[in-house]
Amino acid sequence: MELIVAAGIGLLTACGLYLVLRAETFSVVLGLTLLSYAVNLVLFASGRLVANAPPLLVEGVPRHTDPLPQALVLTAIVISFGMTAYLVALALRAKGESGRDGFDGGDPT
Amino acid sequence: MSHLAIIPILLPLAAGIACLALERAGLVAQRAVSLAAALMMMAVAALLLRHAGTGAIDVYALGNWPAPFGIVLVLDRLSALMVAVCAALALPALIYASGGTDALGRHFHALFQFQIAGLNGAFLTGDLFNLFVFFEVLLLASYGLLVHGNGRARANAGLAYVVLNLTGSALFLIALGLLYGTLGTLNMADMAHALARVPAADQALVRTAASLLVVVFALKAALFPLSFWLPSVYGAAVAPAAALFAIMTKVGVYALLRVSSASFAGAPVTADLLQPWLMPLAIATIVAGTLGALAARRLAVVVASLVVVSTGTLLAAIAASGIEAIAAALFYLVHSTLVAGGFFLLAGRIASARGEAGDGFRTGQTATRAVTLGAAYLVFALAISGVPPLSGFLAKLMILRSIQEAPFGPLAWTALLSSSLLPALVLARAASVFFWEAKPAPAATAEARLGLPALAMLTMLAASPLLVAFAAPVADYARATAMQLRSPAASEAVLGADPATARERRP
Repeated sequence: MELIVAAGIGLLTACGLYLVLRAETFSVVLGLTLLSYAVNLVLFASGRLVANAPPLLVEGVPRHTDPLPQALVLTAIVISFGMTAYLVALALRAKGESGRDGFDGGDPT
Repeated sequence: MSHLAIIPILLPLAAGIACLALERAGLVAQRAVSLAAALMMMAVAALLLRHAGTGAIDVYALGNWPAPFGIVLVLDRLSALMVAVCAALALPALIYASGGTDALGRHFHALFQFQIAGLNGAFLTGDLFNLFVFFEVLLLASYGLLVHGNGRARANAGLAYVVLNLTGSALFLIALGLLYGTLGTLNMADMAHALARVPAADQALVRTAASLLVVVFALKAALFPLSFWLPSVYGAAVAPAAALFAIMTKVGVYALLRVSSASFAGAPVTADLLQPWLMPLAIATIVAGTLGALAARRLAVVVASLVVVSTGTLLAAIAASGIEAIAAALFYLVHSTLVAGGFFLLAGRIASARGEAGDGFRTGQTATRAVTLGAAYLVFALAISGVPPLSGFLAKLMILRSIQEAPFGPLAWTALLSSSLLPALVLARAASVFFWEAKPAPAATAEARLGLPALAMLTMLAASPLLVAFAAPVADYARATAMQLRSPAASEAVLGADPATARERRP
């Protein structure tokens, strides 16, 4: 299971990085989304991968999993969701202002 | 338990929510709430300074869970100083905005207050994940403030800024995940103890995580080569937002200083993480910022480039890492934040006084109230470039003296001294364009009133002379802060005298 999760995180990160480095805003938004999935999985795995175990100490159940990473992941998901929504809105506005979809539309300073 | 430590977060948060609720009631009500909150923040910051100035370290356990299980806020000399600088910067910026800038878009005051809440939270927290959350709060508010007033340049700068910071946040979270996975804690004081007993198998992972964390803070602080985003972003924002942004790079510097002194410095695994390359990169940052100031075609971009220079200067002193160097860095931090914030306000005034030409370096109509603006310009230019007799000179002198023994000392001296000379030349050239080459204004132009924005800008003018007049108490406070950062007192306040048993205590 560790190998599959690690390879999955690596694949997501690689695809995310590739897309973030492209010039179109849509690719960048997708890339950041993939990156945030990868990051969430890393955070989740930081409490070790345990299947079918409660995140609590329960009488008579010897195995349990660390609840803290789950709380961290929830926070991270909420934040990255909000940020992505804002980024999409901002990209739409930038396209409306400059008529182009991309990162090279800025005025030289 | 005193609730003093959480007030700097709750007060602006409540004010921001009130501003949102008062949207229907109009701008006047929002201004009143926002300004009242900023005034109260000044009073709270004074209380914090007085309390922390006694050397006391307050630990505020959120939810009453003791560290390292729960999240704690830590109020010590350093965080009190940062909260005070933030409050001193926010009030004039808000007064400036109340002169009409806040009417350019919606929710200016709410976003401004949320950003202050995020800044104060980042300064006060003693937990790394909580630091991430407050970073996001202040960044989200800054995304909104940056595009306030619309325009193509702002939307494009905003897009690049948001993508860059989202990538930074992803790196931050990866670092946190790795640190929690290897150390089992995210509390800064507890991390120091966990770092001291990292098993050999995990050491590479811990170093990777710590390096990622440092990269993220370097991005926020705009350390070379992660500094190129800053001038176009800060130059694009409206003046009061840019003034508040002057403290955002200092959050990165603060986080570097805090994490390296509270967690990384004490453990052999991470002790040599920053040392070998912080000084060369700081020097490169100074050079990059100075070149940026030389190349800029607008005053706001020059000031933004000088913010990059100030980051480099601060980190050069922090890299030298003696008590005197850290104390000098803290003095310089207060100076550079307030002066850069004031200069952004002045750039905004000059832009609005020159009509079409704005703050660009091209001949335009004579600025209205050119004498006041010119005098203010002289003071800010002297202060920011570090020419006697203002605070920039004192701060740079303290830094120069403290880093002469450090590795790369002579190189740092050269960079620091040229970063005083070259910006002074740039600013002098700009002044001749603004105040001498100007064409007479068309007669129809109404004389600009000496309104709130001018008042705010003139208030900021007092910061540098006041820092000179009260240099001794500020320098003493900075030295005591540097010594407190070195002492184990903070860790003891958070975890108790015996950290090994902290995990055994049940709440």
